[in-house]
Amino acid sequence: MSPRLVRAADDAVGRRDTPLRITLDGEPLTGVAGQTVAGVLLGSGRTAWREGPSGAPRGVFCGIGACFDCLVTVNGVRDVRACRRRARDGDAVTTQSRAREDAR
Amino acid sequence: MTRVVVLGAGMVGAACARELALAGFEVAVVDRGGPAAATTAHGEGNVLVSDKPPGPELELALLSRRLWPRILAALPDARAVEWEPKGGIVVATTGGSADALRAFAASQRAAGVAAEDLDAAALAAAEPHLTRDCAAAVHYPGDAQVQPAGAATALLADAVRAGAVLRCGREVTGAVARGGRITGVRTAEGVVGGDAFVNAAGPWSGEVARRLGVRLAVRPRRGEVLVTAPQPPTVFHKVYDAGYVGAVGADSGDLRASAVVESTRAGTLLLGSSRRRVGFDARIRPEVLSVIAGRALRLFPSLARVPVMRAYGGFRPYVADHLPVIGADPRLDGLWHATGHEGAGIGLSAGTAAVLRDLMLGREPGIDTAPFRVDRPAVRSGGETG
Repeated sequence: MSPRLVRAADDAVGRRDTPLRITLDGEPLTGVAGQTVAGVLLGSGRTAWREGPSGAPRGVFCGIGACFDCLVTVNGVRDVRACRRRARDGDAVTTQSRAREDAR
Repeated sequence: MTRVVVLGAGMVGAACARELALAGFEVAVVDRGGPAAATTAHGEGNVLVSDKPPGPELELALLSRRLWPRILAALPDARAVEWEPKGGIVVATTGGSADALRAFAASQRAAGVAAEDLDAAALAAAEPHLTRDCAAAVHYPGDAQVQPAGAATALLADAVRAGAVLRCGREVTGAVARGGRITGVRTAEGVVGGDAFVNAAGPWSGEVARRLGVRLAVRPRRGEVLVTAPQPPTVFHKVYDAGYVGAVGADSGDLRASAVVESTRAGTLLLGSSRRRVGFDARIRPEVLSVIAGRALRLFPSLARVPVMRAYGGFRPYVADHLPVIGADPRLDGLWHATGHEGAGIGLSAGTAAVLRDLMLGREPGIDTAPFRVDRPAVRSGGETG
């Protein structure tokens, strides 16, 4: 459980969650319908999934689609902003490397 | 000690302030806004020799290219400059422009520029994602790139270490002059006095000169750049279409665009460039961005599905004869100019500052500065072409 996810039972607004499942580099993660991909990753305790030029970790910086720091590949589509993409059940999310894929 | 007031805290003002402070002048830098906040922050950080034909601007570019590594070596921490001596590759995408590019490169070689013709195999090895549809290509190992705001602030910090003071948020409104000599500039916060004043206000230097009582035909020329999402290594040099040189040299006020593509250390790609004469109209025009993107795609077809994360634009300081203005103003004693570098001010700042320092000290500069003199027709009258 992550401090970035309020459990439905503890939420004063009395919400009812519809769970969904995605994978991150093949590893299954559980999220809540309505969350963005970034929301699912943060709720699962992940705060970084890219690297800056110096190797420093990168994840959600602005959270509103402006900074492009949270890019991931979703179902084979590169350069998707995790903070702007609503997660769908079954999404296969992969992290992006600064190395070229065809060189790996 | 002679007090010098530098008007403008962009790249050229920063480089001049540093050279003058190191030479022993008592330097103050005055800017309407903050350091590196205008033209300096709105370009690509070019330090180019490749786009200049033999002549005075190339001499200044070669001097600057020799000085840059020395400046960096003298900085206590040069990392913020993000100096990348990556080299440039100029390509011709049509048969006609191929002959022109080869002839242009040959004339530059004769003037001392390293310029190597690349065959198709060498070009593909140097830039694997570039279109194979190139009729000619030339590699310029001397081309380099900096992060321009980082470079300007690093040089300003060095100037401050050498004793210069920085006064931001002060807009010059007029001159205090006595007997044909300027002794101060007026600002809303009071008069800043000095023995010499250097107008380094870039595209606004014409307006600053007007407020100080002289005419200087430096005008804005708009440019826009697209920024892609961070990419894996895709572009390894500064790559541009041979049409760029023609666009730089053109006088038309209409849109001129040619592909200029390069990567930054953060992984984004910068796609340029446009040239329009629209005064200080800062509106982003979608049709201009569309032309820039189309030209970039012709060079790098694999960018087709890469997201563009933002666009920015800025104003270049334009002079009708495409040469900078460096030297004393013969109409007002104590006034100097260091401006008019159009799109090349980042690279040319190093040589400009050295030349200005030599002129102010009464020394012989390393290059002929007569072509840059203030008292020339293009600067006096402006040659109203477009």
